[in-house]
Amino acid sequence: MARLITRRKLLLGLAAGATLAGCDAGGTATAFLAGMERWNERVDRLLFSENRLAPEPPASELTPEADFPSYFISDSVPLAPDNWMLVVGGLVARPSVFSLDQLMRMPRTGMRVRHHCVEGWSAVAEWHGVTIRELAKTVGASRDTQYVQFRSFDNGYYSTWDIESSLHPQTILAYGMNGKTLDPGHGAPLRLYSPVKLGYKSVKYLTEVNFLANRTGGYWEDQGYDWYGGV
Amino acid sequence: MAGSGLQIFAAYPALGPRGGLYRWYPFQNDAPPSWLRFGGWLAGARHWHFAIAWFLIFNGVIYLIYMIASGEWRRRVFIPSRDTSNALAMFSYYLRIRKTPPPEDFYNGLQRMAYTSAILFGVVVVLSGLAIYKPVQLYWITAAFGGYDVARVVHLSCLVLLASFTAMHLVLVALHPRTIVTMVTGGHRG
Repeated sequence: MARLITRRKLLLGLAAGATLAGCDAGGTATAFLAGMERWNERVDRLLFSENRLAPEPPASELTPEADFPSYFISDSVPLAPDNWMLVVGGLVARPSVFSLDQLMRMPRTGMRVRHHCVEGWSAVAEWHGVTIRELAKTVGASRDTQYVQFRSFDNGYYSTWDIESSLHPQTILAYGMNGKTLDPGHGAPLRLYSPVKLGYKSVKYLTEVNFLANRTGGYWEDQGYDWYGGV
Repeated sequence: MAGSGLQIFAAYPALGPRGGLYRWYPFQNDAPPSWLRFGGWLAGARHWHFAIAWFLIFNGVIYLIYMIASGEWRRRVFIPSRDTSNALAMFSYYLRIRKTPPPEDFYNGLQRMAYTSAILFGVVVVLSGLAIYKPVQLYWITAAFGGYDVARVVHLSCLVLLASFTAMHLVLVALHPRTIVTMVTGGHRG
């Protein structure tokens, strides 16, 4: 049977193309990877559903507390200042400052979920706190909000999220872990927690939440980690 | 894919969840050697891995569609009732138990078994990859593998199996050098 393109011709064509593309390989690779990251984010956003909840594993799968890693970028465990408050601003009708007590009086959400770290490990814990959705309602976040930025007192560690993942029902400002008050290793007094993102997106030691129209980066994202970081 | 995958694996070169590492795995916390890794560091390797993965999937889907649509699968896929005895005979020939190779048409039974298993490993490596890439959005794939950490084991095992297949393939090509020409050009028309 006659074929229009034989394997021989195809290989010769590919070899010729590869020779031409060989010039400026470094720049080409960077542009290629950046393009593929944009493509992957589109796929990520398509896969994401605001209503899909992360499955809740049974209590028997809870990770022993000593085995749940606690990462921070400061030289030693960051400790909250005595006058700690959460500042909420940006595109909001009522810029506000919250004490931990005020946040704890807001509707409480709890969940037991598997944590997925970018490094490849997983661990299970229970988290409780108030949803970003509830916070957005309280401060009157604008419909123009596309991104939410989270800042911390851990040596400037920060991250920015897409609004859809921020408003997911399991995305919370957590003040408790495994039924107890959050300890300093895991981000006391308040941290962001969500099972829909990789661990580095969940900022600990929160100081600020900003509802924004434009995207900003993050501590790891600025160094090359993927910005979306969805699971 | 293999090099960037091993670079990603090096960030947590252990199997099993935190606090529950699998006891049967003898190489806990042994990172793969750096000459096998690609991408420089974790983030670089992830970018390469998730970029090239699309081409692997695209290539694989075209291959499978062509296989099925053209009917080629009939002379390439291992069908146990047809190929088992031939594969065993070929295996005994390689082990020098049998003096002559069994009759062979397009492929012998052992070739069919090897190539079909490689395709199967390819399909499973993609599915287990999706299971650990999106364990929440594609939770049903992850659940089908028995969870995130099991899917990670399956993903790494597929790499080991595919690498073994490639090594075996190269040994046999070295033993039968004339087959290289046929592989590259597509062989006889027919």
